Amino acid sequence: MDFGPYLMLAMLEGAVMAAVLALTASGLSLVFGVMRVVNVAHGEFYMLGAVVAWFVAQHVGGGPAIGFVAALILAPLLVGGLAALADMTILKRIDYDPERTIVATIGLLYVIQQVALMTYGPNAQPVEPPFNQRIALPWLEWGDGGLAIYFPWGLSTTSYKLFVIIAAVAVILAVWLLMSRSKAGLIMRATQLDGEMATAFGIPVERVYAAVFGIGAGLAALAGVLIVPIQQAHYLMGGDALLLSFIVVIIGGLGSLPGTIVAAVLIGMSDGIISVFFSPTLAKIIATLLVALVLVFRPQGLFGARAR
Amino acid sequence: MSRALILHLGLLAVLLAGNVLLPAYHHGNMARIMVLAVYAMGYNIAFGYTGLLSLGHAMFFAAGMYGMGLAIRLADAGALPAMLTGLAAGAGLSLVVGLLALRTAGVSFMIVTLMFSQACYLAILYFGEWTRGDEGFVIQAVDRTLFGIDLSDPGNRYIAAWLLFSAVLLLTLRLVRRPAGRVFVAIRENEERARLLGYDTFRAKLSALVISGTISAAGGAAYGLLFGYAGASFAGVQYSIFPLLWVLLGGAGTVVGPLLGTLFMFYLIDLSSGFTEAYMLIAGLVLIGLTLFAPQGIAGELRRRLWKGLP
Repeated sequence: MDFGPYLMLAMLEGAVMAAVLALTASGLSLVFGVMRVVNVAHGEFYMLGAVVAWFVAQHVGGGPAIGFVAALILAPLLVGGLAALADMTILKRIDYDPERTIVATIGLLYVIQQVALMTYGPNAQPVEPPFNQRIALPWLEWGDGGLAIYFPWGLSTTSYKLFVIIAAVAVILAVWLLMSRSKAGLIMRATQLDGEMATAFGIPVERVYAAVFGIGAGLAALAGVLIVPIQQAHYLMGGDALLLSFIVVIIGGLGSLPGTIVAAVLIGMSDGIISVFFSPTLAKIIATLLVALVLVFRPQGLFGARAR
Repeated sequence: MSRALILHLGLLAVLLAGNVLLPAYHHGNMARIMVLAVYAMGYNIAFGYTGLLSLGHAMFFAAGMYGMGLAIRLADAGALPAMLTGLAAGAGLSLVVGLLALRTAGVSFMIVTLMFSQACYLAILYFGEWTRGDEGFVIQAVDRTLFGIDLSDPGNRYIAAWLLFSAVLLLTLRLVRRPAGRVFVAIRENEERARLLGYDTFRAKLSALVISGTISAAGGAAYGLLFGYAGASFAGVQYSIFPLLWVLLGGAGTVVGPLLGTLFMFYLIDLSSGFTEAYMLIAGLVLIGLTLFAPQGIAGELRRRLWKGLP
């Protein structure tokens, strides 16, 4: 394959990555934005989504499509409910103190991960995609007779990967509409701006927090369901997801949803492209150092406005 | 002699007596616990006394371990220069990390230290040619002799661990009762006020972090030297979480807390790994339980209920 088609292939893979990352990271960003706490267990909710998808696919008959749709509905609900429960039993009782929340969510991370190990097991398990047609992609080139279209060998994607990108865009649009256009979104934004004042206006702030924590986890679980037909479900898959989401949320500016999306596209695409040309470990070293330095020298993020 | 000094010297005497009294299995465990408690005491200076919640201390532990291990493996150094290399590596790394990370505070500080530590872990994997990556490398018994004493012998190993532990315990005890240590506590309680009183809080925090990092590196170097192995897993996130867990459990900001926490957690995991592979579940539950019910830890509760002056 020539360089051009090769780059396009890398970018397509990067776009799938970016779509899933944007979903996961927007959940983390939403929780940080409204509640001002960092949820270290976020990656585990992503893992739970993938694992639930596997369980559902095993136990729902009638072909992969029905099982997949069932997982798409069940996983975010189950995981979101679990997260809301964790919020009410743990985070509420420590008063959302930022540092103690991190310690408690580290504990939650290990509990979820190890329970998954005990029930689901240490092996990676595949889930069949609901549809998976191979789509060959055209490439343009100047030939003898002007511009010619041809289909280079190996330049292809699958219908499922395109579906992941479209689904992620749709969900993120829905979240954005929810936050900016609906009454629920208004309540959340009011809580974010001033929790005490919101309480004074009769907003049940504690229930809003539980709901936001649940929605954030549900978004991660949804991303987990979407990725599992491409990657396999594994009980340790939350670690990388957490790290990348952190990177995205920090580069995009903590708590800013548009910034998070831009950063997810940037990181997802460049991760796809960089790991084609460099060693993936080196790419990760550079990315983590970059994040640390961004936080040190530009705490508002690369795209965020200066906060307070 | 003050009550505090008598108490701590008594503790050291009990630990020394363990060398002859403990059965073989627990004898080996105790040597390990004392070395890990050194790491926890190092962490305690940053977190417990100065209020710097770092999530990346594994990089200092690993700096000590690999500084020592690589000096032996690549430069064929003796055990003593290798130990000193490990300490220097820890001190240097904590100085650099401190200069950068201390520009942030709170949640940002936690994430920055986490990221630096992750970068160090990945770097160990990346330079696998020298570090042997995940697999790690064994430090041969021949290289593990200090002043002609064979450290791979269990009895000698116990004494060496005890000596290091005692030195760090007494150092911590002295530090926290001197003005410098009091400034650390003042910063933990209210940094703004400490600055208002005229203290250079950045410099104080930096020195706390460097002392903490160097002690952690001493723990790492000793662990590698005494138990003969260095591996990348010691630089992973888990080894940054462990000292936090130990210190929280034992009592942050107390001198004996780190030992109590390490001892308790070590045996908790030791016992539970007999039942299940998923022994980190216990660690997770303990962390959640601690933040909910006993944020002061064991020694913190003792201080609250029995003796207010416990250092």
